[in-house]
Amino acid sequence: MRTPILKQGKYLIASIQSALTDQDLMNLRDDLAAQVSKYRAHGVIIDVTVLDVMDSFATRTLRDLAQMVRLRGAETVIVGIQPEVAFAMVQLGLELGNVATALDLEEGLTLLHQRTQ
Amino acid sequence: MEQRFKVIPIRSDADIVTARLAARSMAERMGFSSVDVVLIATAVSEVARNIVAYAKQGEITVTNTHRGTKKGLEVLARDEGPGICDLTQVMQDGYSTSRSLGLGLPGSKRLMDEFEIVSQVGSGTKVTMRKWLR
Repeated sequence: MRTPILKQGKYLIASIQSALTDQDLMNLRDDLAAQVSKYRAHGVIIDVTVLDVMDSFATRTLRDLAQMVRLRGAETVIVGIQPEVAFAMVQLGLELGNVATALDLEEGLTLLHQRTQ
Repeated sequence: MEQRFKVIPIRSDADIVTARLAARSMAERMGFSSVDVVLIATAVSEVARNIVAYAKQGEITVTNTHRGTKKGLEVLARDEGPGICDLTQVMQDGYSTSRSLGLGLPGSKRLMDEFEIVSQVGSGTKVTMRKWLR
């Protein structure tokens, strides 16, 4: 399923709605990269609150996405990683590298605001 | 009566989601903690992806199992793909022949309580993982 992307001022917000397949994740990456250009967005928030699992593929795809967005001059913040999911990611040895994270959407918006001023 | 096992055929990336949701739902019914449920689902996701990436197709069986008085969940991932010639190598963090992060198998081992892998070049790979209820 396609993840809806909302435009909020200079920012794009993608709220993941259900468990995503690898193809869904790649679509999200490509859609967001395209929309950052189209809307000249300064920041992107990806809300992963409902994501059941962040495995190696999801982590790599989100990291690639953040890197693509950064190359277009915008910032990415991943919000809503659940405590259980964070625990599993650490056990698995997954890292988001230098991708910014925040507790929830509100914190994510605050962080983006600070970073894109 | 509660179903003791479930077989999920793995042929595409959508089946990876089906497999991990099936494992998650069995783990929840068995009374695993929310952390353990996510650990199991993540491990299933990794071994299912290996099937899609390397063998194209195979199957995953999740079973409500026990050993003596211990209750647990067993995941069996089986394929008839190309097999793995160096098992020591694939169990090292960061080793990958695709563009992946190379954490799937060694990572899954860390997520579960027991992990066994048997593979024969040309005839396939079998991964068995278990997590025990605490």
